[in-house]
Amino acid sequence: MSNRFLPNVFLAALAGAGLLACGGGQQREVIQNKGSDTLVNVAQAWAEAYKDVDPSVAVAVSGGGSGTGIAAMINGTVDIANSSRTMKDRELDLARQTGQDPREHVVGYDALAVYLHAANPAGELSIAQLAEIYGDGGSYTHWTDLGVEVPGCQDQEIVVVSRQNNSGTYAYFRETVLGKRGDFRLGTRDMHGSKDVVDLVEKTPCAIGYSGLAYATDHVQMACIIKPEGEGCVTPTVATASDGSYPIARPLLMYTNGEPSGKVGEYLNWIKSDAGQCIILAKGYAPARQVTCG
Amino acid sequence: MPADPVGASKPRALQAADPAADFDRLNRDWYIDKAVQIAVFIGGISAIVFIIGIFVFISKEGFGFLLGEFSFKEFFLSPNWRPTSEGNPTYGILALIAGTASVTGLAMLVAIPFSLGAAVFIAEFASGKTREYLKVTVELLAAIPSVVWGFIGLAIMNPIIIQTFNVPIGLNVLNAGVILGLMAAPIMTSIAEDALKAVPDRYREAAEAMGATRWQVIYKVVLPAARNGLLGAVLLGVGRGFGETMAVLMATGHSINIPTSIFDSVRALTATIAAELGETAVGSDHYEALFTIGIFLFVVTFIINLTADLVVRGVRRG
Repeated sequence: MSNRFLPNVFLAALAGAGLLACGGGQQREVIQNKGSDTLVNVAQAWAEAYKDVDPSVAVAVSGGGSGTGIAAMINGTVDIANSSRTMKDRELDLARQTGQDPREHVVGYDALAVYLHAANPAGELSIAQLAEIYGDGGSYTHWTDLGVEVPGCQDQEIVVVSRQNNSGTYAYFRETVLGKRGDFRLGTRDMHGSKDVVDLVEKTPCAIGYSGLAYATDHVQMACIIKPEGEGCVTPTVATASDGSYPIARPLLMYTNGEPSGKVGEYLNWIKSDAGQCIILAKGYAPARQVTCG
Repeated sequence: MPADPVGASKPRALQAADPAADFDRLNRDWYIDKAVQIAVFIGGISAIVFIIGIFVFISKEGFGFLLGEFSFKEFFLSPNWRPTSEGNPTYGILALIAGTASVTGLAMLVAIPFSLGAAVFIAEFASGKTREYLKVTVELLAAIPSVVWGFIGLAIMNPIIIQTFNVPIGLNVLNAGVILGLMAAPIMTSIAEDALKAVPDRYREAAEAMGATRWQVIYKVVLPAARNGLLGAVLLGVGRGFGETMAVLMATGHSINIPTSIFDSVRALTATIAAELGETAVGSDHYEALFTIGIFLFVVTFIINLTADLVVRGVRRG
C-alpha cells in the first residue's frame, strides 16, 4: 500500500510546487530537459543564459544519467533528452513503438584524457597499449612491460584506475579502447566520480586513469594518444576533440522528438550558435565546431 | 492470578465518588489507557514488522535473478563480477566475499585488543571521574559518521601507508581494516564492559580472599566468568564490520580482487551495492543481482546478530 501512496504524495507536492512556480508573472512556455550527468552543468548554464535571450521560455533541467533521459524520451515526457552516448537500436525501436521519433543533435564533445602521475615518463600511449593495460587478459601489468621506469613507483606495478561499471564514461572507454565486446580486467580501482580518478592519479606514482578533460589539474599529466593508424600522437585538448583528431572523444548529444520546431527549435539553434557554444567551452568541454569567444 | 484490572476497579470506582465525574473519568481514562496500550503494542511489534517487511522487499526484488540468471556455482565460486559487460555478463561474488571477509577479519584483530583492554580498564581499574570521562569518550567515538571515517582513510591514511610501507597505493585491506576496527571498537567496548560489570562482586571478593593479585582476579576469574558476554561483543563487532558501507567504499580502493596480502586493494559486498544500485535500470539482471547480494548480506548479518544475542543471553542465565 505505502509504496503506491508515497509516490502519489510526492507527485502532488511536485505539482503544487509547479503551480506555485508558474503562478507569478506572464504565461511562460516550459521546455523539459533531462538526462546525462556529464551534461547537466552545461545544460543548467544554457538554461540560465537563455532567460535573457527569450524571457518567455523557461528551461527545466534535471540530471539522473543518460539512461534516465533516454527513458524519458521513450516515454514522451521530455522535450529534450541529454545523453553522453548514442541511443541503442533497442531504445530507438522502443521509442518508435510508443510513437516517438528521436532526432540526434551534437552539441559538443567530451575528450576522455588518459591521466598519468606527473613523474611518469610514459608520455605517449597507443590504443593497443591501453587495451593491454586495461583489458581482460591484457599482458601489461608493470610499467617495465612498456619499457619505462616510473620514479617513486615501488615494484613498477601499474595501478589501473577505472570507474564504477554503470558510468557512461566507463562504457564509452570500454567500447573505444577494448572494443564492443571487450571487458576490463579484474582488479582495477573503480572510482565513483570523474574527479576521484584524477585525485588518485595525482597522489599515486604508479597509477593510470581516464577521466573527462574538464577535470584536468596542473599536478597530473595527460598522455598523448597514438591512433591505431599510427601517425604521431594527439594530445587531448578542446581543439583536437572538436575536429575529431583525438581518438577518445565522445559526442555530447541532445535528442528531440522529431525535427525541433517552435520554442524548442529556437532553443536548440541558440545552443548551436556561437553564444551557446562559448558556454560549453567555458565549462571545459569541446564545442561542436570551431568558435571564437571573447 | 487472574488479571482483570479494568473490570475489577470499575464497580469500586463507581461507588467511590460523584457519578458524573466518575463517568467522565472512566470514559476518558479508559480510552487513553486503551490508546496507549495499542500504541505501545504497535511500537513493540513494529521492529518485527519492519524486519519482515525489509526481508520480503529485498527477496522480491532479487527473486527474478534467483530464478533466472542465478547459478549457485558462478555466484559464490567465481570472482568475475562483470554485470554490465556487453559481451558476456558474469555475476560472481567470490572476490567481494573475500574482500568483506579480509577487511572484517583485520578489523577484528585491531578492535579486539583495543576494546577488551578498554573495557577491562573501565570496568575494573578506573574509578570516579576517570571512568565517567572514558565512558563518554568511547560513546563519542561511536557517534562519528562513517563517511568521516572513510574520509580519514582516503585523505590521511592513504599517503601515510604509501610512505611507511613503500607500497604503490594506500587504499587497501590494511587501511579499511584499521578504520573499521576503530569504528567497531566503541560498541564492542560498551558491551564488553557491561559483561564484566555483570560478573558478581562475590567472585572477585572470593578470589581476593584466596590471595589472588588484581591481575590474577581479572585473568583467572572475571574474564572466564564474562566469557559469553565478551564473545557476544566480538560477534556484534563482526556484524558491524560486515554491514559497514561508506567507510569501506572509500578506504578499500574498490577493486575486484582476492587479496593475497594486506596491501592489496579489495571491494566489499556492501560497497558494491552502494556504488552500483543508483544508476542501474530497475528490474534488470544487474539490479536483481545486487538485491541477491542484499539477501546474502541480510542472512549473514542476521545469523551473526542472532548468535551474538543467544550467546549474551547464555551468560545471564548462567
